Amino acid sequence: MGEFLAMGGYGAFVWPSYALAAAVLAGLWLSSRWTLKAREAELARLEGEGASRRTRPRAEGQGS
Amino acid sequence: MHRFANPSRFLRLGQAVLPWSAGLTVLLLAIGVPWALLVAPPDYQQGESVRIMYVHVPAAWMAMFVYTTVAAASASALIWRHPLGDLIARAASPVGAWFTVLTLVTGSLWGKPMWGAWWVWDARLTSVLVLLFLYLGHIALANAFEDAGRGEKAAAVLALVGFVNVPIIKWSVDWWNTLHQPASVARLGGPSIHPAMLWPLLVMGLAFTAFFVTLLLMRVRSEFLGRKLRALRLTQAAQGMAEAPAGAEVS
Repeated sequence: MGEFLAMGGYGAFVWPSYALAAAVLAGLWLSSRWTLKAREAELARLEGEGASRRTRPRAEGQGS
Repeated sequence: MHRFANPSRFLRLGQAVLPWSAGLTVLLLAIGVPWALLVAPPDYQQGESVRIMYVHVPAAWMAMFVYTTVAAASASALIWRHPLGDLIARAASPVGAWFTVLTLVTGSLWGKPMWGAWWVWDARLTSVLVLLFLYLGHIALANAFEDAGRGEKAAAVLALVGFVNVPIIKWSVDWWNTLHQPASVARLGGPSIHPAMLWPLLVMGLAFTAFFVTLLLMRVRSEFLGRKLRALRLTQAAQGMAEAPAGAEVS
């Protein structure tokens, strides 16, 4: 195990590379998902308000 | 292709593809990462440091592939006024910028032990740095104007002009004397890299591609909803100001 972590003396270069890759992939996924969910929620809220004032724009068949 | 010009059709299709591309990403990473770290052999010259290649090279492939996507989407927006073009360019560009950052940093982490330097101003490294600036410029331009359409048009022109950098990156190692090693996968005469390293590299490359497809589907949908939200807010603000009676015309 120690030998695996040492990566033949290159551990200090190999592990940060994989850690950064993991951080970039996870960060992109989470931020994309958060934005999408927030916009879906906001749209549902606004369309609900609009509907209650009977000024709802034409529905665009937006299933979510 | 024009059947997909209708955004709602594309979005519906995207919703159907999304769980599959997400699942494929997880599956390929679950195979590729242990393969790269545990199974693939150390290099006879570079030792275990060669394992950096399995994140560095796929990230670099994606940095160029995503830019190509942005340029193609920009062309379709400028030439055919394809309604999805600007949405795709906007959705893809930040993803490409992050892949480029990942390429540069992992390259630096590989360069230090192999070349003795974190950074050298050689043709390959410099052209990838230019790619990062192109992405940043594209993102900045697309968001620089109050009127989203104007910003998107300017950004699309930049994306197309900047595309000349992609072949420069690809062949920079052949055209100039560089410290960076030459191509060993996509080259005339077939890959020169040993299959024991090529296969895990290809699996990681596919994993990154599936990841990008997944993100793009989510983010294009997000951009579409964002545009719809802006329109909706404008309409409601206008109505609020005019105190329009019920049944007022909504465009």
